[in-house]
Amino acid sequence: MKPRNETERLSNPYNDDKVMAACSIFGMMDISGKAVPGGDVIRAIANMHDRSNGLGGGFAVYGIYPEYADCYAFHVMYPNNETRSDVERYLIKSFAIVHSEEIPTQPAPHIQDPPLVWRYFLLVDSDQRGEQSEEEYVFDRVMTLNTSFPGALVFSSGRNMGVFKGVGYPEEIAHFFHLEDYKGYLWTAHGRFPTNTRGWWGGAHPFSILDWSVVHNGEISSYGTNRRYLEMFAYQCTMQTDTEVVAYAVDLLVRRHGLPIELAAKVFAPPLWKQIDYASQDERTLLTMLRQTYSSLLLNGPFSVIIARQGEMIGLTDRVRLRPLTAATKGDLLFLSSEESAIRLVCPDVETAWTPMGGEPIIGRLRESLPLPKENLEVAVA
Amino acid sequence: MKIDATNTHYRDLNRLIREAAHQSTRRLELHNVFGQRYIGTNLAARTRIDIFGTPGNDLGAFMDGPTIIVHGNAQDGCGNTMNDGRIVVEGRAGDITGLAARGGNIFIRDDVGYRAGIHMKQYDGKRPALVIGGAAQDFLGEYMAGGVIVVLGLTPRADKRHKASFIGTGMHGGVIFMRGPVNQRQLGEGVRIGQLDSKDRRLLARLVGEFAHLFDYDPQEIMTSDFVKLTPMSLRPYGGLYAH
Amino acid sequence: MTAPRSKEQPFHLQKAGKSIASPNEHRVPAPTPSVIAPRFAIIRDLERCIGCQVCVRQCSFGAQAYDSAEDEVYGIDANCVGCQRCVAFCPTSALTVTERPARYRQNFNWRSDVIDDIKRQAETGGVLLTGMGTDKPQPIYWDHLLLNASQVTNPSIDPLREPMELRTYLGRKPDRVDVSTDALRAEAYLPPQVMIETPILFSAMSYGAVSLNVHESLARAAADVGTLFNTGEGGLHRKLRHYGDSTIVQVASGRFGVDLDYLNLARIVEIKVGQGAKPGIGGHLPGHKVSADVSATRMIPVGTDALSPAPHHDIYSIEDLSQLIYALKEATNYAKPVSVKIAAVHNSAAIASGIVRAGADIIAIDGLRGATGAAPKVIRDNVGIPIELALASVDTRLRQEGIRNQVSIIAAGGIRNSADVVKAIALGADAVYIGTAALIALGCTVCQQCHTGRCAWGICTTDPFLSKRLNPEIGAQRLINLLRGWSLEIKEMLGGMGINALESLRGNRHHLRAVGLTEAEMDVLGVRVAGT
Repeated sequence: MKPRNETERLSNPYNDDKVMAACSIFGMMDISGKAVPGGDVIRAIANMHDRSNGLGGGFAVYGIYPEYADCYAFHVMYPNNETRSDVERYLIKSFAIVHSEEIPTQPAPHIQDPPLVWRYFLLVDSDQRGEQSEEEYVFDRVMTLNTSFPGALVFSSGRNMGVFKGVGYPEEIAHFFHLEDYKGYLWTAHGRFPTNTRGWWGGAHPFSILDWSVVHNGEISSYGTNRRYLEMFAYQCTMQTDTEVVAYAVDLLVRRHGLPIELAAKVFAPPLWKQIDYASQDERTLLTMLRQTYSSLLLNGPFSVIIARQGEMIGLTDRVRLRPLTAATKGDLLFLSSEESAIRLVCPDVETAWTPMGGEPIIGRLRESLPLPKENLEVAVA
Repeated sequence: MKIDATNTHYRDLNRLIREAAHQSTRRLELHNVFGQRYIGTNLAARTRIDIFGTPGNDLGAFMDGPTIIVHGNAQDGCGNTMNDGRIVVEGRAGDITGLAARGGNIFIRDDVGYRAGIHMKQYDGKRPALVIGGAAQDFLGEYMAGGVIVVLGLTPRADKRHKASFIGTGMHGGVIFMRGPVNQRQLGEGVRIGQLDSKDRRLLARLVGEFAHLFDYDPQEIMTSDFVKLTPMSLRPYGGLYAH
Repeated sequence: MTAPRSKEQPFHLQKAGKSIASPNEHRVPAPTPSVIAPRFAIIRDLERCIGCQVCVRQCSFGAQAYDSAEDEVYGIDANCVGCQRCVAFCPTSALTVTERPARYRQNFNWRSDVIDDIKRQAETGGVLLTGMGTDKPQPIYWDHLLLNASQVTNPSIDPLREPMELRTYLGRKPDRVDVSTDALRAEAYLPPQVMIETPILFSAMSYGAVSLNVHESLARAAADVGTLFNTGEGGLHRKLRHYGDSTIVQVASGRFGVDLDYLNLARIVEIKVGQGAKPGIGGHLPGHKVSADVSATRMIPVGTDALSPAPHHDIYSIEDLSQLIYALKEATNYAKPVSVKIAAVHNSAAIASGIVRAGADIIAIDGLRGATGAAPKVIRDNVGIPIELALASVDTRLRQEGIRNQVSIIAAGGIRNSADVVKAIALGADAVYIGTAALIALGCTVCQQCHTGRCAWGICTTDPFLSKRLNPEIGAQRLINLLRGWSLEIKEMLGGMGINALESLRGNRHHLRAVGLTEAEMDVLGVRVAGT
């Protein structure tokens, strides 16, 4: 078998096909764009403590760097300062560094041997990127960084957002990173239950590329198929977790191929052929074409995911709903959670609470675009 | 007796509940419940437990006698492998409600998630019943081997028609009563749609009566609607599948 | 059981064969070999034999006869080919046909069949022909690959209760779908796709090599199950034209029966470049198998040899293949996928890459263990590589080049059961072709005498008397049963892996593990050793 790179060795010390993880997920979004502090999310994910085992926790937050809103905020973890110097040399060559600093942390119970974590606010020079779009340029730099500097990992690379994660229960990670002091309009959180005994900071969720972040509960039995398809499009699957293919797949479908997220959901969790056969002519043509073209991106096996990007939060479950997901709304707030009780803890008087059908996306968008989704049992295409 | 469950881990909470039940406490109130699991599990006492908050997964799992009233919504696994007793939820429940139950009654006022009543069974005088006031999602009554499921579709969300698919796949016993029309396409293979006979109507009336009493509905109004009865066509739905 | 009695003449009194003639002289097959001891023994239990002569009537090789003077039925061992027809039909189970033990002194190097072959060539001076697939101990990689099952971290799925999808679409897929955002309607044009309800197709077997009743059985079963059968290179009989929707028509080097009608009635058009049983050489249907009906279907004179040359004489290089592919697309208005069938050989991966870029929509790869109606034995047994290795390397190479989605891959060559099908899909195939398995379902006992045209089971023959032995209605039902049983088994295995749609297994080598293979073999297959 091909030699594994450093990242693969760290993320997967036993060289399993992939690291399995079952877990808890939580998301909340204020669609008016109002920034909310981290306290509620942290309490909610902590409430689901028993779904994880302390070997991974993490958060993605959007809208936290308004003063650097146009910069790509790279969060990078390092095993030591030598690696940091190497990486910083590369960053200086590839970007204009507007600001850089160590991410403020404080000791937290049970957080042992944390890596160095730094953040960089970067701009892309049009000379540097040449023919490439800015996003493709950043994407390439991230892929290079993550495969060329042993032990270093860019775990967040979007604008005006950031991922904070590591080995520990999510509430401990939150304490470590001072997350109570951050404010953002969209938060996702994750608690992990991996089957490796040794955790690696980079292996926690959320997994992120550009401003996409994914938290995931479940196991993708089609991982081998998904991964080999994505590799055809230059996505390097180094993390060997299912979550990685979800993030890359959504990047491919939505950013590169321009599919609306509703249709990406139909690729990941398509209706059964028997159901497509009974759909209307137009719907049948579209759904058939999607499923024929993107058959290798069908995510099989149990999953519930919360995918987020600037301005959008999407909850989705597999097409036979083998993992739980509850959605709830109150005013401008949309909640997604593995368990309803976590929502109730932070918002006892929700207006609506429901479980979506398998394969049916729940989409929250900043107010300018769409109103808050209402509960409904139908599988809608538009 | 009142117990405040704030910041109490489910192990401790359940221990308190069990102790109280052993001391023959007839009524217990749990307040500020947020996600504690296994409440009422394995209790064999004739206690009544009122829950204020949102109980966690596997409420009343393996339970054998008590009554649990949830003043709010329940989560997944409500009544899992229940032997006897009663669970009442003034709201909705999640997935696998009543999984493998073999006795007792579960009344859910609103909707339920996937696989409600999966693998329910009956034997020797014990016959579990699951009554759902709203709508059920897919795989209702999957693998059913006995017992009764009633789906009333009374909530606004339930609309005029049931929308669940794969109802009763693998069903080889028991009966499902649904208020309102169901399309054969929504059913698993080997499930038959039929009309209710007088024995069915008596059973249904009794369950609807209890439901109506619990949640303040008019039972007569509900009973005037059209109901269909779903039963398995065979005890051995997959007998012809194997070559020896 | 009493001793067997044989009434054939002692070999030294039989007519000697003709002397060695020049290759172009028309040769009559030699009479029963003179110095080679019979391979099979027909053992008759005289207490059970009731002299009904069913065996005499059933044997098409002249191995059973009736002596009216003695009023007894007797066997002629030298003519027996071990097809087991008489054994199956004897009403009192009086017959046993068995390979004769140790006809020569045991010798690992000079095996009995090696010795026989040399002697036969010494007598005839000809190329030794045979039928079916290789019977030599070439490694079978399917038997070294094991499948995964999901536990704990991922539920296995019960295919009888939960939905399980085997539906597959064959054809070229685009890189992306373009959608207009407001209408959410697809604007892309997708190349033609053919839907099959199970990933098993019937392999190419030409009418002439097999009987019309076989073709009809295959056509009917394919139509019933929702899959396709392949006409092979002998054209499609008039009578079966209405099964067009379930047909893959083949355009081979002899272009038999290829006209516009033939091309347009089909679902898929397949260019046959090679065949697993005989890579690099052409086909030969001997004149004695070209009956009136075969002649009409192939559009050649009765009794002539139907020769398919080794190459297509308009394909001498890859760009020529591209030219033929587009000629066929033009002829069919771009409405049908065009498939190219190749034998699995050393540089299959590179060839496959070329075929994709030449415009093919489907590539069929036929491995070493594939069967044939007639081929030189030495080629059948020694040329080509096993399908498992070819399939894995083609799938890997096409992905490395970023073009895997541009073709569907069909794997063929000795697929024996549903586990082989599942493993083939996991290695990278979209579907498989079955040939031998289908014929076995129809009654074949793999006696390897197809080239003689005297198949006692009525399968590999065009003799009208023998062909009648296969009733297409019964044949079709047996094939439907086979596909049904396999499809259910495939669903069980998929469910066990926690997968409910076939496409999630395609190329998913993570669900395979190897046992007893070398590092190099596992590398080619892309599969890890079990335990890791």
